[in-house]
Amino acid sequence: MAIETEPGKAGRTGGGEPGGAPQVRAWWARPALHTAIIGAVVGYAFGHWLGNLITSGYPQAATGGGSPDANDTPIVLGYLFLVVGWLAGMGIFNDLGRQMFGRPIADEHAEATGLARYFRFTLDHKVVGIQYLVGMIIYFCTAGLLAMAIRTELLSPAHHVFSAPVYAEIVGEHGTMMMMLMTSVILGPFGNYLVPLMIGSKRVAYPRLEAVSFWLTPAAFLILLTALPLGGFHFGWTGYAPLSVQDSSGADAYFFAFGLMGLSIILAGFNILVTVICYRAPGMRWSRIPMFIWGLLGTSVMMTLAGPILVGGTYMTLTDRTVQTAFFADQLGGASYLWQNLFWFFGHPEVYILALPGFGIVLELLPVFTRKPLFAYKVAAAGIIGVTLLSFFVWQHHLFDSGINPDMRPLFMLTTELISIPTGFIFLVGMGTLWKAKIRFTVPMLFCLAFFFNFLIGGVTGVYNSDTPADTTEHGSFFVMAHFHYTIMGGLIFAFMAGCYYWLPKMTGIKLNQTLGKWHFWLMFLGFNATFLPLFAVGLLGQPRRVFTYARSLQTLNDWVSISAFVLGFSILLFVINFVWSTVVVRERETGNPWNSRGLEWQTSSPPPVYNFEHVPVVLSGPYEYGVKDAPPVADLNPPGGVLTAAVAGSETERAEA
Amino acid sequence: MAAETQAPAAGAAGREPNHALRIVVVWLILAVAADLLYWFVLGPNVPPGHLGSAAQGQQFDLNVMSVMCIPVVVGVVWYFGYSLVTWRHREGDDEDGPPIQGNTRIQVAWITVTSVVVLALFGFGTYELIAPAGSGAGEGAAPIWNAPGARLTAAQQTAPWVPGQQALVVQVIGQQWKFTYRYPQLGGFESPNLVLPQGQWIQFNVTSLDVIHSFWAYQLGVKADANPGVDNVAYTKTQHVGSFTVRCAELCGLWHGAMFDSGKVLPLSQFQSWVSATKTQFATVTAILNKCVPYATTYDPTVIRQSCSGPVMKKLGLTSAGGGYYPPQDPSQP
Repeated sequence: MAIETEPGKAGRTGGGEPGGAPQVRAWWARPALHTAIIGAVVGYAFGHWLGNLITSGYPQAATGGGSPDANDTPIVLGYLFLVVGWLAGMGIFNDLGRQMFGRPIADEHAEATGLARYFRFTLDHKVVGIQYLVGMIIYFCTAGLLAMAIRTELLSPAHHVFSAPVYAEIVGEHGTMMMMLMTSVILGPFGNYLVPLMIGSKRVAYPRLEAVSFWLTPAAFLILLTALPLGGFHFGWTGYAPLSVQDSSGADAYFFAFGLMGLSIILAGFNILVTVICYRAPGMRWSRIPMFIWGLLGTSVMMTLAGPILVGGTYMTLTDRTVQTAFFADQLGGASYLWQNLFWFFGHPEVYILALPGFGIVLELLPVFTRKPLFAYKVAAAGIIGVTLLSFFVWQHHLFDSGINPDMRPLFMLTTELISIPTGFIFLVGMGTLWKAKIRFTVPMLFCLAFFFNFLIGGVTGVYNSDTPADTTEHGSFFVMAHFHYTIMGGLIFAFMAGCYYWLPKMTGIKLNQTLGKWHFWLMFLGFNATFLPLFAVGLLGQPRRVFTYARSLQTLNDWVSISAFVLGFSILLFVINFVWSTVVVRERETGNPWNSRGLEWQTSSPPPVYNFEHVPVVLSGPYEYGVKDAPPVADLNPPGGVLTAAVAGSETERAEA
Repeated sequence: MAAETQAPAAGAAGREPNHALRIVVVWLILAVAADLLYWFVLGPNVPPGHLGSAAQGQQFDLNVMSVMCIPVVVGVVWYFGYSLVTWRHREGDDEDGPPIQGNTRIQVAWITVTSVVVLALFGFGTYELIAPAGSGAGEGAAPIWNAPGARLTAAQQTAPWVPGQQALVVQVIGQQWKFTYRYPQLGGFESPNLVLPQGQWIQFNVTSLDVIHSFWAYQLGVKADANPGVDNVAYTKTQHVGSFTVRCAELCGLWHGAMFDSGKVLPLSQFQSWVSATKTQFATVTAILNKCVPYATTYDPTVIRQSCSGPVMKKLGLTSAGGGYYPPQDPSQP
């Protein structure tokens, strides 16, 4: 794939070479969602057949892994070829084939209009952004419905709606779907769509990797759902061995889907990383890039570095389950600690993958709605960089009670508590920006302000968890569960909502209904806090996570939480209704700069033209210079050729001087 | 624009209230009041209580953390509330705010204060972790922070227990979905009930026969993962008589939610009569256990099943070290 992105062609803009476009066939003969589905079905059938062929005559060893009453090899190989068939059916390998035979490849933006491009392997980053947005909302709502099921079961300690196995499946599906797919909930839609616009680029660095990263997510989502007919998986989202090695065939779906999503975030993160570093417009210095870009930069660094650990770990478990390796079987020389280390070495950066894009969005939006420059820009950037670096040095706080490395616990207590320093930077910046501001309570701003409240609670309770003695009581209880819902749902999802209300006019040219938006906000904010605040008490009072029954004395609290959770669920429904109503039915146009923002992405039309900017803009000042006397416009969108060259030369000299 | 907003601000200093002073004064009052309220009203009742020394240490830790964190939460919430009301946008005012890009003194002060607080919390947490014998958390096979009289060799773990001089060793054996408790110093019997003497240091040796469980004796303040093939040690000292709940705190399969029972702390004399009664009750089983599965820090379930499960299963109807209460690979309803 590197061939397509060589500099000579990357610099080529404005459509394909004359006569280079491949001939247009009938719609059903062109690769799209329907051919991908056919490819997936054929691929699975082939893989399953191959797996049975290979393993026929080999009995499954009783001491090894895998479901005792099923052969797991055909299932795993089935998934493997399902993904290959899905991608081939989507037409992902077509350009590769064309190049092999020396034929011209497809133009990145050949298909500029029409609904069909959203169901195809489209290379325009703006199309991928919209694909991600719709996909993420679907995934989030599916996993959210499972959360409603969990709270329904927990209405009573004695009367059970679900049997214990079904409850365990629901808990596992909810946790895994949220944790693996929501890694891209902001980087996918807003990152892919807005990064080139915000740094003044006409394209992303690796449009094919970007599009593949999206088309892997529906495959991962569907494979994860196939766990249900295979008997589900009963080990939550953490997949601790040896339980996961022994579980029924649904566990194959968990490991395969999680690994696949790991691949997706590596590709997505790598693309954003290279785009931000290499595709900035002239004058877009490191001291001028928007905070949202800083947030995504940290996120993509962690995705690129932590993702491979996950892929490796899931691969090892799959070999334990199929070809009878024993990485995690103690009596055969493996260690269950190994999975815990691998998983959390990925898993802790992952929870910051889920936090940093939120930091980016709120810091990006605060100056717009306070009409003030961002307070202490460099401190904000340092905060994001600090969290990114520290995130790789804290993972063993998940193993405080496990008995591994007890003498290292003070060290991991220290590194974990150190994270509150860069996180505190974000609060300093937020509070400084509010000082003597002119605060406009628009819907995106309300979500940003709620983010600070939620993340304050989530962050402070994180300090409790980092303290080993206090954690002895909290570990594995609802306290921890409430803590990470405060940081992820209260942080990431609230920031995602802020981004939706703020950037949808940019991405679609259509404004969401603001009155419904305010209803959505207040129901979500109150419902969220009413749900998760009491869960801290529930955890401290001794209720472990992932249980289908609990102490009778805790029923009142649990009922309150369940009812609040239904309100929270209703608020999300309100959002979906608003989303569909505004974008499909009413379609109120908003093509200008509705928030009067200085952001570079708002300087071009909404939605932006095919190549974003007519000319590569020259950035003249930072994005947050609100109220600054004589501040130049953020960018010159129509630079004369000479100016462009001068600006490039200027920035080169500056760099040399620095 | 900036000049316009700054010039009147300087001239009208009398009219513009001193926001910083207001914010700090109200914050100090609120924070002190909230801290006092917490420490004297809520603090003594914070879980996990006083039954075990580890629990008491954890309660103290939680309270100290709360006293440090409450001012932070109160301060941030109060600042947000004050600024949202004071500096809200007013109708007809279309000017931008003052272009404040930063303030070096405030930034340095903020970073210094947060760093000092964090390092203080780290120092305090480390001290609390070490001081009461590892704070009740699982410390692995070779604990470095031991209870008094608790660094027992393997031989000492099976030698008769001397109350007051040695810690009482209780082996916690987890399996899907039940904990059983073996008392190696008291003849090596194994009981489905956890009973402990009052006023003694207890050493829990936690292990598992199948998957990872976590032994959580809630009111005692003990939590230690039960890993297969691993001996995980945790300490607590029972402070007074009472009962406590035991729950599994690590998802271990279908019936994880049902993996709980309760235990008792009894006065020493009552504990000893319970021991003799239980010894008599389980005498035959204990004989088989000690012959086939002598006390060890970990057990290999595959070996156990081959050598011993038959006679033990027949005699006891329940066992753990005997292996195979439930077949480990085919979980079904107990």
